[in-house]
Amino acid sequence: MDPGFEQESFTLSFPARETSARDGIQHLAAVLRARGLSEDRAGDVEIALAEAINNVVEHAYEGRMPGQVRVTCCLGGDRLDILIADRGRGFPDGRIPRGESARIDLPVENLPEGGFGWHLIRQLTSDIRYERIDGLNRLSLTFDLPGEPSLSRR
Amino acid sequence: MSLSSTVTGQTRVVTVHAERIDAAMAIQFKEDMRSATEGGPARVVLDLSQVTFIDSSGLGAIVASMKQLGAGRRLDLAGLTPVVEKVFRLTRMDTVFNLFGSLDDALAAEPS
Repeated sequence: MDPGFEQESFTLSFPARETSARDGIQHLAAVLRARGLSEDRAGDVEIALAEAINNVVEHAYEGRMPGQVRVTCCLGGDRLDILIADRGRGFPDGRIPRGESARIDLPVENLPEGGFGWHLIRQLTSDIRYERIDGLNRLSLTFDLPGEPSLSRR
Repeated sequence: MSLSSTVTGQTRVVTVHAERIDAAMAIQFKEDMRSATEGGPARVVLDLSQVTFIDSSGLGAIVASMKQLGAGRRLDLAGLTPVVEKVFRLTRMDTVFNLFGSLDDALAAEPS
């Protein structure tokens, strides 16, 4: 990260349950808006964040006692890095899904009702990294924030 | 999930009274849509003007709501706010539904 800019980071942890996840996602988006992220970019971040966190709730802890999700946002320079950590199941083959767009040129009754999440995340982020170390999943999402001059620089 | 439903001419209008349609309420939304749209006009307009956020689970629930209307009926969407519109655009679901800027626009359009 560009050392010329001050960074600020904040962390939020919550149980990997749907309603807690909703509160956490809303809270993080509100903090980012309060830090000066534009309404448009905050919306992008909230969509990607919701998809990534819902994935942890639905898959990583599927059939297990829900553990914690820890989300760290690091805002600095002209980018935002979000690290999502959990101790649930890892991704199959250790790789995040390719997120190809779901086929929609289909009759109504065959339209997909899911499988949009990774496609959304990939379109809204500039970089995605995943690693699993000692049972800890670490998913990093990077957002470029060009032209966000109102970001607080303390 | 709070939905209200009225019939205007040949259209049923279902209004969502919630700020979010997300994973935490997707199943409830789908069930409530089933109750709200049982019988009645072939055309249903879903007024989303109060909804400021939707995720892919919510999107899937709207798709499911259209599917459960059955053959010969149609779900149109009205009043999409910016984030909701973006989710529809990025998934190309904006090409599947008829989208209207407002409920008035939707009601002014010919039922076809």
